[in-house]
Amino acid sequence: MDVLLLSRIQFAFTVGFHYIYPPLSIGLGIVLVIMEGLWIRTGEKIYHEMARFWTKIFALTFAIGVATGIVMEFEFGTNWATYSRYVGDVFGSALAAEGIFAFFLESGFLAVLLFGWNKVGPKLHFFSTCMVCLGAHFSAVWIIVANSWQQTPAGYHIVGEGLHARAEITDFWAMVFSPSSMDRLSHTLMGAWQAGSFFVISVSAYYLMQRRHLEFAKRSIKVGLTVALVASLGQLITGDISARHVATNQPAKLAAFEGHYATEPAPLYLFGWVNENQQRVQFGIAIPKMLSYLTYGDANKPVTGLNDIKPDERPPINFVFQTYHAMVAIGMLLIALSLFGVYLWWSGRLFGEEPWVQKFVLPVMVFSVLGPQLANQLGWFSAEVGRQPWIVYGLLRTSDALSKVVTADVVLTSLILFTAIYLLLFILFIFLLNEKIQHGPETEKTPDEVHPVSPTELLDHHPRA
Amino acid sequence: MNLIFAQETAAAIAPSSPLNDIWFVLVGVLFTGYVILDGFDLGVGALHLFTKTDEERRLMLNAIGPVWDGNEVWLVTGGGALFAAFPEVYATVFSGFYLAFILLLLSLIFRAVAIEFRSKRPEAWWRKTWDFFFSLGSVLSAFLIGVATGNIIWGIPLDGNHEFAGTFFGLLGPYPILLGVTAVALFAMHGAIYIVMKTEGELEARARGWIRNTIIFFVLMYAATSFATLLYIPRMAAPLQQHPWLFAVPLLNILAVANIPREIHLGQEFKAFLSSCAAMVALMALFGIGMYPHLVFCHTEPANSLDIYNAASSQKTLSIMLIIACMGVPVVLAYTVCIYWIFRGKVKLDQTSY
Repeated sequence: MDVLLLSRIQFAFTVGFHYIYPPLSIGLGIVLVIMEGLWIRTGEKIYHEMARFWTKIFALTFAIGVATGIVMEFEFGTNWATYSRYVGDVFGSALAAEGIFAFFLESGFLAVLLFGWNKVGPKLHFFSTCMVCLGAHFSAVWIIVANSWQQTPAGYHIVGEGLHARAEITDFWAMVFSPSSMDRLSHTLMGAWQAGSFFVISVSAYYLMQRRHLEFAKRSIKVGLTVALVASLGQLITGDISARHVATNQPAKLAAFEGHYATEPAPLYLFGWVNENQQRVQFGIAIPKMLSYLTYGDANKPVTGLNDIKPDERPPINFVFQTYHAMVAIGMLLIALSLFGVYLWWSGRLFGEEPWVQKFVLPVMVFSVLGPQLANQLGWFSAEVGRQPWIVYGLLRTSDALSKVVTADVVLTSLILFTAIYLLLFILFIFLLNEKIQHGPETEKTPDEVHPVSPTELLDHHPRA
Repeated sequence: MNLIFAQETAAAIAPSSPLNDIWFVLVGVLFTGYVILDGFDLGVGALHLFTKTDEERRLMLNAIGPVWDGNEVWLVTGGGALFAAFPEVYATVFSGFYLAFILLLLSLIFRAVAIEFRSKRPEAWWRKTWDFFFSLGSVLSAFLIGVATGNIIWGIPLDGNHEFAGTFFGLLGPYPILLGVTAVALFAMHGAIYIVMKTEGELEARARGWIRNTIIFFVLMYAATSFATLLYIPRMAAPLQQHPWLFAVPLLNILAVANIPREIHLGQEFKAFLSSCAAMVALMALFGIGMYPHLVFCHTEPANSLDIYNAASSQKTLSIMLIIACMGVPVVLAYTVCIYWIFRGKVKLDQTSY
């Protein structure tokens, strides 16, 4: 295999693995703010118990997110040195802003969140939880800003020529608010909220099936379903906006999403298989002219097809078509599930004795945790593979962005090492997660008995108050 | 903000710009912060296998427990700042030292895994295996950080396009290896002082012995490194000849190291730890003074070297980044002080420990 393919596989693998965790941190952050806010407001101990338990899970995802994030910080330099030289002036500043603003806010207040239950008052603790949640969202802001600049570059000019050409910032805010950044940010954040909320739904549904920690599970699943419903409907709106803007900003990507070749009014496929040789979609079901209608509000307006894109500027079409449609399908299922779950809750049947809820609905909810995870990964594959063959859309090709001094056998070596260690890390994560879920929430003690238990099981050696 | 950016249009790349100097210092500050903070984490790991009982090993782990992953954030931020301020250095060094950096990253991850995993099962073979990996990961990380620094000081071959023109094994020359061992010795000394500060009883007594041995080890390595540097890399010492007041820095370094056994003898572990930090600051300052204005020295063709002008981002980006740093860095420092304050005192084991 050549160095380009190996480098792309390694980047996709390490970033894909990393991306299991930050959405969980962001989504669970929102859940924690709600739970602890309810505790402050109502004073009910059960909410305190909930906040304590979900904080433990949060800390676990956060720890692995940090460990795998360090790799991402340096991989641009190791594998994509030409890219780094080209975009450092623009991309580096967003990445450094992430480190300084987001990571410090997150890790600074995380210490209070984890170790501060007995050291600070409830309101200051709640404030810290809000700051951790905000920090997690900020980290999404800066990394999406950086990535969006690759999709729709803005606020820059090119200095130098040939090998020494590079992009330099001319307008910082135009770079931050590039045409796609806010669409993609809102879409990504909704996906993260889904990841967190369906995680809570899944664990709570498991407890309900097992008839364990019932009060805890009921209250948690209500919070989970509320966030899930908001996020899933939000996803419908932000997804629609994103797709419409992709049509104008990156026509090649939208055409690949739908396997659309001729520039004419376009149908919307529910599913299908793109035959790239015959340049058409096979075995599909489509709603005629629906894509034109969704994009332009006019069913007869033509959508730019792949035939109007130079062959060497087209992304892999069927791959993008499949990942995009799978993401949309999962998104629709998640909307249905959250609507149905909220309906069952309101009609009082979710916690009732009806066997079909126990037998069918709760098991589906237990597995629903995989939905947002899959959709998040598939969505990113669509966005990033859909950008190909460009690493910076229209400016720099991925094949020109590699490190010139790194050879294929070296990348293969590192890829094998990463695969082995990440596999171990994943097993560790599942093992520890399962342990925490099986152990369940701590039953509430009186305040002076409460030990400041840290979710990463760290030692608190401070004298008890 | 506009006021600050206005001047940028006039001076495209003026080699006298203070922004390039400021960023040289700031990147240095971030990496010095990393070396001081993660230095004792790695040092504790390097000494881990010298403990005898399971309880002692748990004390070692829990002494760094609450702080080690916050310390690694300094590396992430340092890396981000390097990318933004000096993208040519970021690109050249990380692609040139590819395998070495991948090994460093994997060592850091493996160490983290070992800390989390070790005490989850009671079996002796299980714990011993993770103990071994924790120590190996720590020693390897410290060694590789030293080797990378050694190569930067010694100089690496670069071509006219600033691309690394050497090989992986070419990075393992005698001087970089000497610096790698020196880094292990320095971090071990730093970690030993930290352990004395954080533990009590038998382990504390044992760690006092480690301080004595690691100081001897470090002083020997430091002397060897200094001789080698003066003999083979005179340009590192040239700024001191030109500006004799700079001799204050190596003097501070020697005094700080000499002060460590004194403070330990007086029972002032915290002051000993501060002395150790001061020694590390002085070492990093010497490194910076010797390199300035170069960032990566090319010994085969000095004209191909990367310096703070030809490797830098535009003046506009440097000034934007300076605003970001002025807003962020004080808060990072405040957080670091707060968390160490919260976790001050001797470490004790309970059911929530590793």
